[in-house]
Amino acid sequence: MNRADLQTMAQREQEKQARFQCRLLCCASTPCLSSGGAAVQQALQDAIKESEASAEVAVVSTGCMGPCSRGPVVTVQVQGEDDVYYENVTPETARQIVADHALAGQPVQEKLLPSDLPFFAKQTKVVLSNSGLIDPERLEDYVARGGYLALAYALREMTPEEVCVEISQSGLRGRGGAGYPTGLKWDLVRKAPSDKKYVVANGDEGDPGAYMDRTLMESDPHRVLEGMAIAGYAVGAEQGFIYVRGEYPVAAKRLERAIRAAERRGLLGSRVLDSSFSFRIDIRIGAGAFVCGEETALMASIMGRRGQPVPRPPYPAQSGLWGHPTLINNVETFGNIVPIIEHGAQWYAGIGTEKSKGTKIFALAGKVENTGLIEVPMGITLREIVFDIGGGIPDGREFKAAQTGGPSGGCIPPQFLDTKVDYESLKALGSIMGSGGLIVMDDQSCMPDVAKFFMEFCMDESCGKCVPCRVGTVQMYRILQRITDGSATLQDLENLEDLCTMVRETSLCGLGQSAPNPVLSTLKYFRNEYEDHIERRTCEAGVCEMTEVPVMALVEELPRRIRAAA
Amino acid sequence: MAVITVTINDELVSGRTGQSLLELVRERGIDLPTLCHLDGLEERGGCRLCMVEVGATNRLAAACVTPAQEGMVIYTHSERLVRYRRMILELLFAERNHVCAVCVMNGRCELQREAYTIGMDHVRYDYLTPDLPMDASHERFVIDHNRCILCTRCVRVCDSVEGAHTWDVMGRGVNCRVITDLHQPWGSSRSCTSCGKCVQVCPTGALHAKGSSVAEMVKHHDFLQWILDGREKKQWATRNGDPVEGGR
Ligand SMILES: Cc1cc2nc3c(=O)[nH]c(=O)nc-3n(C[C@H](O)[C@H](O)[C@H](O)COP(=O)(O)O)c2cc1C
Ligand code: SF4
Ligand code: SF4
Ligand code: FES
Repeated sequence: MNRADLQTMAQREQEKQARFQCRLLCCASTPCLSSGGAAVQQALQDAIKESEASAEVAVVSTGCMGPCSRGPVVTVQVQGEDDVYYENVTPETARQIVADHALAGQPVQEKLLPSDLPFFAKQTKVVLSNSGLIDPERLEDYVARGGYLALAYALREMTPEEVCVEISQSGLRGRGGAGYPTGLKWDLVRKAPSDKKYVVANGDEGDPGAYMDRTLMESDPHRVLEGMAIAGYAVGAEQGFIYVRGEYPVAAKRLERAIRAAERRGLLGSRVLDSSFSFRIDIRIGAGAFVCGEETALMASIMGRRGQPVPRPPYPAQSGLWGHPTLINNVETFGNIVPIIEHGAQWYAGIGTEKSKGTKIFALAGKVENTGLIEVPMGITLREIVFDIGGGIPDGREFKAAQTGGPSGGCIPPQFLDTKVDYESLKALGSIMGSGGLIVMDDQSCMPDVAKFFMEFCMDESCGKCVPCRVGTVQMYRILQRITDGSATLQDLENLEDLCTMVRETSLCGLGQSAPNPVLSTLKYFRNEYEDHIERRTCEAGVCEMTEVPVMALVEELPRRIRAAA
Repeated sequence: MAVITVTINDELVSGRTGQSLLELVRERGIDLPTLCHLDGLEERGGCRLCMVEVGATNRLAAACVTPAQEGMVIYTHSERLVRYRRMILELLFAERNHVCAVCVMNGRCELQREAYTIGMDHVRYDYLTPDLPMDASHERFVIDHNRCILCTRCVRVCDSVEGAHTWDVMGRGVNCRVITDLHQPWGSSRSCTSCGKCVQVCPTGALHAKGSSVAEMVKHHDFLQWILDGREKKQWATRNGDPVEGGR
């Protein structure tokens, strides 16, 4: 296939879609599937068949549309009209949608999602621009929306160096957490002397509650593949790997199909788009270790070794897979490549703030009205995310903190709600951008308890290679456990703080280095809660039961307990 | 190899590119504590005792895995470093059941030596007292997991020097354990050659010869250098027909 064939394919698909008077887009991403999406789709199809409308109305199974807590979500596209969204669709509503809306032009009022909802209005869809609009299992759908044209353009019109320059100028930074400039990384790998290089997409996404990368892989797999292929061309690699988290079978299946479809059409594999560039992509499935998201551990895992980090340097760009220079980027980072090549670096750099360009996808969760997946321009304030897009805190409760960055991040208190969301501002507050988890907490959350939750996570996920993380997380967890059960002393608090700094400064990899962050940030903004737990043995949020006493107080406590039990 | 200059504890020291900070520090005669490092084995960077302060950035780096670079300024014994080292040692003592008084390596254990060198007189963390087994199924050797600090010297020597790869690690976090042959009893291992290299390099009493009692176990490391010199430089230097003995 060459560029002209690609355009023909796009045109043919567009014409085919235009023949339908109405298209019913039914979300088939994991959240909607788990709330009954498959039955809804079946009901839509049955209803169309029963009313013999298959020629005018089409059902398309798509990726995520965003408002996941309101799923199953269905979008109705009628020619010449704005898209209409339905929430919490049941098979009955589905039949009604076909009968009333698709065939009679009368929207079903009760399940309608208002189209001017700030949830949609405040978002900027760059990476997710196809998500929810195309069938992720059909290459034609992707091509009809301009897919693989960016790759074709890069191959024909740009040198590898020019691609790296373009990415550098766009200001794109890694979406895997640390925010390293992507163009710089590409250029390092491009310049690394070697006859063999690799490109790796990190789809291990392990932060609790985060599902940005899963959604992208499930909803628009070809975009990730195309981004990787452009990267392969730019750095001089002929082999790519996507490392997909083991818990993401749907994503892995869709990627697998997408790779096969692209290879069949000559968009991947040997001589891509009739050029001299060849690029293969293979999938590697993780086995459930959070630490395998760390780049050196991930590469060890790809090579079939124990998934444990190794000290850097050497960095993957110098010596990665099997000792060859390796480019490793997050899946969402790759999702940004196509729009940058398509619209140009200047356009992209126009979105966001001075040092953080473009958009970021967040998985909005916790105590907000609208939870779900959102894509927002960098520089948006936390307040806009929580109160406009998120619709505020339910039940008239107070906002207490926003947790970003998962187990490596921290909690941001209300006084910083107007902070711009970008890499530097979040870091200055003691949190991090992270990969995109955003958990909103109200006054019913207890901060030492939240810290304990994340510490338990790090303790369970520590690979065990280095002592500070392996044993330090256990000791920190035990202290937090004492704080939340009422048996801690001020000496425990001092030990906890000492351990936090030591583990942060001496651990081998990012997991241990950032494991103390949730404790440090809650200590910074909510120290009084820790002190209340220890000195007054009270938990204001009412989460901790505080049934224990410090060991030294047992002398008085035990007779009391014996008397109470008698 | 190019000559480089590094400042260690305010003194100028010259070295060669390709050397690690640890090599340079040791050449200088400075005693930097290490547990996972062993001359002759590939580095691991896991115990974190060898951390040094690097330059103005105030960042710490593990000396064993950090290449020395021209112009580096490092400190090896700042107050902070010594404090951290002691905490790390305390964490190790709290992790498993290190009862020195009844250990075969009492008096010769590297963990014990680092602890008393640094002046560790008590442990401020909870003893985790895990319930760990011993495996005495091998005809000559014993592994006592209660004393293991997961330095993986045994794993590395078995894989890269003996070439048997009998040892590996299973589990994660504090639940890690060294295992033989996919977690089969050592005595039933088909890959183990019974060479005893793992026993010799083990820094603690975890690996020891069967039949040794309290404080009886003596280990030798120098065979490693002897084998490596023999393999790489074809020098099989011996003293009375044996590899040169000693050990740090
Ligand atoms: C413990 C740990 C877990 C990580 N998990 C992920 C992950 O799930 N996904 C990811 O993309 N990056 C993860 N990272 C970051 C990667 O190491 C790496 O920096 C990233 O994939 C680089 O891509 P980027 O430059 O596009 O951000 C993790 C890092 C650490 C230390
Ligand atoms: S910091 Fe934790 S996860 Fe990272 S190498 Fe050390 S033990 Fe393993
Ligand atoms: S058995 Fe000995 S050499 Fe092996 S990991 Fe444990 S302490 Fe280290
Ligand atoms: S000797 Fe350097 S980390 Fe163990």
